[in-house]
Formats: sequence, C-alpha cells, structure tokens
Amino acid sequence: MSALFSIAWRSAWNRRFTLALTVLSIALSTFLLLGVERIRSQLRDNFSSSVSGTDLIVGARTGSTQLLLYSVFRIGSATNNIAWKSVQALEANPGVDWVVPLSLGDSHRGFSVLATTQAYFTRFRYGNRQALALREGKPFAELFDAVVGAEVADRLGYHVGQKITLAHGSGELNVAEHTDKPFTIVGVLARTGTPVDRTVHIGLAAMEAIHLDWFSGAPMPGVHIPAEQVRKFDLTPKNVTAALVGLKNRAAVFRVQRWVSTYTDEALMAILPGVALDELWNVIGVGENALLAMSGLVALVSLAGLVSVVMAGLNERRRELSVLRAVGASLRHVLALLAIEGGLVTLIGVLFGSVLAVLGIAVLSPWLQAQFGLALTLGLPTPNEWLLLASLLAAGFVASLLPGLRAYRLSLADGLSPRI
Amino acid sequence: MTAVLAAESLRFTWPGADAPCIDIDRLEVQAGEAVFLHGPSGCGKSTLLSLLAGVLVANSGRVMLLGHDWATLSGAARDRTRVAHVGYIFQQFNLLPYLSVIDNVLLPCRFSGRRRDQASRHGTPRAQAEQLLAQMGLDAALWQRPAMKLSVGQQQRVAAARALIGQPELVIADEPTSALDEDRREAFLDVLLSACRTHRSALVFVSHDQRIASRFSRHVLLPAINRAARTGDSAGSARAPAP
Repeated sequence: MSALFSIAWRSAWNRRFTLALTVLSIALSTFLLLGVERIRSQLRDNFSSSVSGTDLIVGARTGSTQLLLYSVFRIGSATNNIAWKSVQALEANPGVDWVVPLSLGDSHRGFSVLATTQAYFTRFRYGNRQALALREGKPFAELFDAVVGAEVADRLGYHVGQKITLAHGSGELNVAEHTDKPFTIVGVLARTGTPVDRTVHIGLAAMEAIHLDWFSGAPMPGVHIPAEQVRKFDLTPKNVTAALVGLKNRAAVFRVQRWVSTYTDEALMAILPGVALDELWNVIGVGENALLAMSGLVALVSLAGLVSVVMAGLNERRRELSVLRAVGASLRHVLALLAIEGGLVTLIGVLFGSVLAVLGIAVLSPWLQAQFGLALTLGLPTPNEWLLLASLLAAGFVASLLPGLRAYRLSLADGLSPRI
Repeated sequence: MTAVLAAESLRFTWPGADAPCIDIDRLEVQAGEAVFLHGPSGCGKSTLLSLLAGVLVANSGRVMLLGHDWATLSGAARDRTRVAHVGYIFQQFNLLPYLSVIDNVLLPCRFSGRRRDQASRHGTPRAQAEQLLAQMGLDAALWQRPAMKLSVGQQQRVAAARALIGQPELVIADEPTSALDEDRREAFLDVLLSACRTHRSALVFVSHDQRIASRFSRHVLLPAINRAARTGDSAGSARAPAP
C-alpha cells in the first residue's frame, strides 16, 4: 500500500495545477457554506438575544408579534398607548417585582428615541441575561439628558457632552424638530448587538416636556413653552407605549398575564417575550431557509465542478492507469489510488476552506457589526457546522469516486493496452 | 519440459460480436524461446495477447501460464500471477511520466514480492535495475531523470528493462518498435533479444513488420493458426464498444 501512496502522491504532484483548482473550488464552497451557516445561526442568536430577563411585555391589546416588534425592535408603531394609571396598577400587583415603562414615537436622525425610567439601565437584560453597560458617561439624571446606543454614537460620532435635538415622529427627514429643547449626551452604552445599539434613551419626563406645547403631532400655534420653564409643569406622563415587567416568581407568569388581559379599565395584553420571539422567527425564518438552500446549491455546484475536473483529466490518466495495470497494479489498486486522491483533495479543500472561513469571520465581523449590526463571533464549530463539514467531506469523497469508478471500468475494458 | 505458455482449443468472441475473434487449436511457447507473432492488422493480435496475459479469459479452451489456467484464477489472483511471471511492453507510452527512469524500472518490484525477490539475487532490485538499464545502453546520467524527458527510443528501452526486472518467465511485447525509426528499431531489438537470452525469459513479440522477422528463431503467422481470421471478415477483429 505504501508503494501506492507514493505513486498517488507523485501522480498528484504531476497534475498539481488542475488539482489545486479543484482544492480551491472545494475550499470556496466550504467557506461559503460555513460563512452562510455562521451568519444564519448568529442571526438567530442575535435575534433571540434581543431581550431576556423580562418575564412579560405589556401593551395595548394588539397582535403579540406587533407588540414585540415595536417594543423590542422599534419597528412600526403602537396603535394605542396604555394609560399611566394602568402602569401604576401593574406596579401595585403583588406578583410584580418591577416595571420599566417604555415610550416611543420620536426619533433622532433615523434612530428611535426611547423614553423610559432609570430602572431601564438596571433591569433590562439582553443575550444571556447580560445587563447594559456604559462605555462612556453615566445614565440620564437631569431632565434633558440623553444616553445613546453604541451604533448611534459610532455612526454619528457622538461623545459625552455633545448636544442633540430630537425630531417628532420617525424617519430621517423630519420637519418637526424639537429644536427649542436640546438634549445633552451624558452616556454612551457599550455594544450589545441588539436594537438597543440603535436607540437614543431619554427620561419619561423629558418626553413629556418636549411635547408640552404640542398637540396631535404638531406644535400648538401661538403657544411656546421655553425649556427653562417646563419644570414648572407636571411632567408625569399621561400614557406610555409599553412596559417591560419582571416578576417576583416566574411561576406566576400566567396568573399575571391573565390579570393583565382581564384588566377592566382599558384593553391590555401581556406577552411572554420568548414565545413571541419564536413566533416572529417562524415568520422571518423563511429567509433563513433560503440562505440554507442557497449554500446547499453552492456546495452542489462546486462538487459538480470537482467531478467534471476529475472526469476531464481521466482520459489523460487512462494511459497512466494501464501502465500501472501492466506493472502489476490490480483493479483494486487502481480504485484505491483514485479514492485516496479524491479523499485527500476533498480533505485539503475542506480544511483550507475552514481556515478561510475563520479568517473571513475575523476580518469581516467588525464591518458586519458596524454595517448590519450583526455580531459574528469566532468559536469552535457548532454541531451544525461539524455536520456540514462532515457532509462536505462525504459528498466530496463520493463525487471523486464517480470518476474513479469510470476509470475502473475503462481500465477493465482497456485490458492492458488503452485504446486511445 | 513444460511450456511457459500453452493455449489449447482457444476460442474467444468479443461481447456483442457475431463471430469469434480468436479460434486457435494449439499454441505453445517454450522457456527461453523468442517467438515472432505476426500478421496483418485486424487478425486478432491484440486480443490474443490479452488472452495470453490473462487480461481476457477465453470463452472455451484454456490458456496455461506455467501450468496455471487463467480461467481458474480470480481477477485479483490473475493480477498477482501476471505481475509475478510476465513483463509487458506496449507500443508506446510505457512509462509513468512523473517517475524517474529508475523508479519506472522498479515498478514491478513494488507490486510483486516474487519479482522483488528475484531481482534481489543481483544484490538489490535497484542494482538489477541499474544493470538492466546499462545493458539497454542507457547512460547512467539518464537514470534519475523524469521519464518524460526521454526520447521515444530511450523510453522503449526503459520499458524493456522494466519488463525484464526480476526475471519473469515470459516477456510480451506488443509492437514495441512501431514508433521507432530503422536504426533505433535494430538497436532496440539487439538489446531486447540479448537481455531475454541472458535472463532466460521467453519472448512473445508481436508485430506486423516483416523486416524484423529474421531476428527471431521461431515465427508464428497468426492468420495461419487462427481459424477465425482465416474466414477473413472484419467481424473477427471487431472489438467491444468502449463502455
């Protein structure tokens, strides 16, 4: 067998340029498959880590997906708000540990503005129950203080101490700006890979203050309340968009949920974030399957390439194989020779592709993070990725056996003298 | 003494052909004999060689190599027996282009223990390979060169050295001179015939070239012994379509 190995090696070296192309094509498909799989799984991780440690999200009665979309992902807007009275009633519920009210609707240069309480910075959790951290400054304390997410700061070049103005409504082009009441950035949050990065946080009272002289989405004509005078008014919010709720005991979650949905003063609903996230993922998971199908096709095409490259080289190898037969290599040797080569070429290609994928993730992840907010992490292959690598190896080996079998049949029919 | 090679009542028809290609009553090759097997193209020479070398198996009758009937051996056993006792020279393209000249000569010793052992009587297989190459008139400077760097004539001589390493009882040469010009042809025959004599290997030399017939002690005209060729239609030489 060692004789065969050395011949296989010399023969392969003789055809190294063709084989290098094959290795490259396998490496590229490995790279693509692993890359797509990594993006797919991390997309899902990023998604499901958007909120954690919150037992219930309470909002006006609507679809659970819609409530999740606007309260967690800042997508779309609430059809109805919930009254401050209801928030207070919720806080008074014996099962409830804490409530973080959320008020949405304004924006700053395309980023959502979230008005909330200071409790947000201690109670909100993402990922594996990680708390928010400030990479600069401190949480808001004064009325016109703002804390910006990491991406807001990076994209707009913000630092602590800068002044910003908010716009009414959402979108990049806002005519109605709260220019008379500028905010001071007092803190920048560390990156989380969640929608928090793309949010400007202010206090609930500040949200109330900038809308004192507004009515129905427009400044009231003839009324202007300057920033220095707003403190004279009652800045308790009249209503909020949604509330994050933590329970003293998670076992009470369905009892509190029922209490919320049967609350008589207004129509409310409470959702379990994990369940709602799964429901939402089922909807957008179609894209995930498309990604997976695409990478499968990529692998198929490159394996077809492998087969055709080996097939094309086969005529050239017919003589070689019949010489080997004439000096005593059996048909089994011939088959082994081709299988060894196919197996090694596939192995090298897959290894090379894996290295490429690791390098690619290392190089591209800061850019992906900045551009798409997608946090890719390096790490050992996941079980899914091991499975992918194994099936690539198996498929590559089988694909290289196809030309091997053809060569075997040719060699059987040629006898000792090839008819070329 | 037993013949190195003996064929009896040999009949072979290619799959899909109507008429047999080979129909031979009796053909024997004795030890050390140099047989010139000739005939026009299409008279079944290549098919007969495949039958003699055990690459093809007869439909009826039998071919015995040193008393072993090819038909009774399994495919793998035929491969082993062939390399142990038969050296083979093709018309051309005999060598693995990526191996050195000497490694090409040593190939049968890699696959056959018997050839290796017999070659070791000269010291080592490498020693015999060098001795054979020298006998073939190939300069020592060429031995380590890749086979593809050699001229066609030199390549055929390397192939002859390879066929003879480990003293196989039989050397089969399938038109080995057809790619050579006259001078090279004579030189090649000189070294091949004298090497076969030294190593007491029987030689079955197939050619349609009558000019070299005089160099051989025994002539066999294939159409004279092959009844299938005498009936003289092209079906006799029809070959199976490539799969």
